[in-house]
Amino acid sequence: MAKLIKRFITLLLLCVIYGCSQPPQADRLTISGPFEPISLDLARAGYIFSRLQIVETLVDINNDGQLQPGLATSWESHQDATVWRFHLRPNVTFHDGSMMDANAVVKSLRIALSKPTPFDKQLIAAVTAIDAHTVEFRLQSSYRPFAAILTNYTMAILAPASFDHSDKVVNLVGSGPYQLTEFDPPHMVSVSRFADYYGAKAHIPYVDYITGHRPESRALMVQGSSADIVYNLDPASVQLLQNSAEVRVNSTAIPRTIIIKLNIADPLLSSLEVRQALSLALDRQGIAEGIMHQPGAEANQIFGPSMGIWHVASLPAPAADLKQAQALLAAAGWQRDSNGMLQKQGKRFTLNMVTYANRPELIVIATAIQAQWAKLGITLDVQMENASAIPLGHNDGSLQTALMARNFANIPDPLTVLLADFSTPQGGDWGAMNWNDPAFFHLLQQTTHATGADYERDVQQLSTHLAEALPMIPVLYYVQQSAVAKRVKGFSFDPYERSFRIANMELQP
Amino acid sequence: MKGILIKRLVQLLMMAWSVGTITFILSRMLPGDMAYRIAAGRYGDDAVTAAAASAVRQELGLNDPVWLQYLHWLGELLQCNLGSSLVSGNPITAELQHQLGYTLILAAAAILLSAVIALPLGLICGFQANKWIDRCGLLISTFLRSQPVFCLGLILILLFSLQLKWFPVAGFDSLPHLFLPALTLALSLAALSSRVIRNSTLRVIRSDYYLFSRIKGLSRQQTFRRHGIRNIALPVVAFMGIQLVGLIEGVIMVESLFAWPGIGHGLSHAVFSRDIPMLQGTALTCGVLFVVINTLVDGCCYLLDPRSKMTC
Repeated sequence: MAKLIKRFITLLLLCVIYGCSQPPQADRLTISGPFEPISLDLARAGYIFSRLQIVETLVDINNDGQLQPGLATSWESHQDATVWRFHLRPNVTFHDGSMMDANAVVKSLRIALSKPTPFDKQLIAAVTAIDAHTVEFRLQSSYRPFAAILTNYTMAILAPASFDHSDKVVNLVGSGPYQLTEFDPPHMVSVSRFADYYGAKAHIPYVDYITGHRPESRALMVQGSSADIVYNLDPASVQLLQNSAEVRVNSTAIPRTIIIKLNIADPLLSSLEVRQALSLALDRQGIAEGIMHQPGAEANQIFGPSMGIWHVASLPAPAADLKQAQALLAAAGWQRDSNGMLQKQGKRFTLNMVTYANRPELIVIATAIQAQWAKLGITLDVQMENASAIPLGHNDGSLQTALMARNFANIPDPLTVLLADFSTPQGGDWGAMNWNDPAFFHLLQQTTHATGADYERDVQQLSTHLAEALPMIPVLYYVQQSAVAKRVKGFSFDPYERSFRIANMELQP
Repeated sequence: MKGILIKRLVQLLMMAWSVGTITFILSRMLPGDMAYRIAAGRYGDDAVTAAAASAVRQELGLNDPVWLQYLHWLGELLQCNLGSSLVSGNPITAELQHQLGYTLILAAAAILLSAVIALPLGLICGFQANKWIDRCGLLISTFLRSQPVFCLGLILILLFSLQLKWFPVAGFDSLPHLFLPALTLALSLAALSSRVIRNSTLRVIRSDYYLFSRIKGLSRQQTFRRHGIRNIALPVVAFMGIQLVGLIEGVIMVESLFAWPGIGHGLSHAVFSRDIPMLQGTALTCGVLFVVINTLVDGCCYLLDPRSKMTC
């Protein structure tokens, strides 16, 4: 036993010496985030391969949401926007050495379109190769924001060698500045610099991505030099890291908004006055400062300031006004009973709100809303669920209200989102529910044909209409918090979360 | 010994069937729509839609009668095929091999480290029972045991990673990454096992046979070697075996804190996303490990205690 103990202690000491002698490697960047790379399939985990710059899409997007050339250098559509042609970038080599041509792109897209996508894939009737460097899309109907769809990671282009005979992804062969070297799902992805990349070569030779499940762990990892960049920090960790000399915190507004989804067919929520009262009762400033530690994140409309022309700067700032809320409810026939609870014709104002656990701030915000609406005499039952409860409740009609963090970056053109979620009374899984507003629907259809100044005017009208009609109640805009070690130079955060932009970074000794 | 092994083998087969069946029934009794849950697990919260859920339902035959799905699983199990994960699409055996491997490494390191801490501490406290060192041991054990393992891990990270810079905070690709999660678990385990060792030592050194061996003229060392070690070890081995089983199933907080891959994390995700093959495979493997570890403990006790040979 004594010998065993001695050997064990020796091993521990060796561990200590080994551990102590391991400074961060000068040629390797370590990134940590909560995202789990579960599969090589782009439909399931393409977002992580896109962020690590292994795969690329035909169309890119800049910080302002403007479309940029990607693997396609240019594109055009017929007058009616039913036929689109994309001209491919010449001399692009995949990581296996094969050349990217129209046939490879068509094969990759055909397989991608056989899997779930964040848009209605029925829209695309056919994808064909016109010549070696031109790909044509034939659509079922006119669709002006079509190019924006191709920025989504599910539409990234893989080399033919990526797929087996059943079209399953067995090797991830992309065309980005980094190539996959190790895949250890769901905890680690390693990449190395791709020497034959067509664009500017990356500076950092090797990059590791490690899944860090807890924000506290990620914060400690960057503080303790176990990681160089960590994403998705919680407010408490941000406060901790702001005091660290070795780390700098990056806060970037992203196109994601915390919204209350409402079932407008519910008799309690069908009246505009009631919805306005619910919105006025929210203390958004308190939620932004007290819960999220992000003053100024209060939302007065669905699309935030990061969404260019879709954000209407002239709308009044959101302010809680309980008196006006009470007056609106009284006008709608709601009176307080002896217990201070609202009632109408003997029925109490009781609502149910579904939210989900994967975004821990949502449950805290939901309970804050519960307390704020209680001041009006409304009882709110909060249910913590899986995110899938929201589309499920939308489709079976059981949902009354839901608190959710709506991502508008999946397809960077909000017109696509509006067409999917706000163009019919049925609405969309993550959009409006049973909201019938023919004037808005008409304006939306009109906008799909507008261009130039007309388009900008229509867009502003659409956003204003949504803010006034309140089919959904906006609560807060998201600010993404990341922390970066001092040795990393050239860091920038992609508000559309498509790329970690590691190819632009450098490591300083 | 042969009897023990045959008994355990029958137990193993019964356990495999019952754990799989109970998991199958329970997972179907959970609230929520399976297709939507699986779609959320596969494509992420932002991409779960009715269309994605419908595609999942069709692909996985979730509209088939439940009994048909059960028979299908049972048939596959008889061919030693645990199927593929509904979320990642990877074979369950590959997922388990990866996750369980890391859990076993962590559990083994933790139990070894806890033995290194608990054995000397427990023996000293036993020999010095009710003296100041024993009371200090009780105080430290109570303090460590009352700490949530997550809190203990954070304290160790602050000390060893951020202050001393001896070990990395989190990760899993090298040996130093193992030390802090193993030490976190080991301290929590040793807090309890050191008291078990202390009590076992005290019981043995106060026994008549131990006193008699001293009276007949054996030295302290001789007495301890001949009459102490085996008698003290019997309850300790059994207890640490139970601790090891508990470790394999319950390290989720430590895995999560130290970004260490493992079966605890895999199991929790399988529950959230209704990944039934993964759930069944994980529960089955944990059950098998439970029987195997218990068999090993029985074997050790059999070798340690000559009296058990007579009862067998």
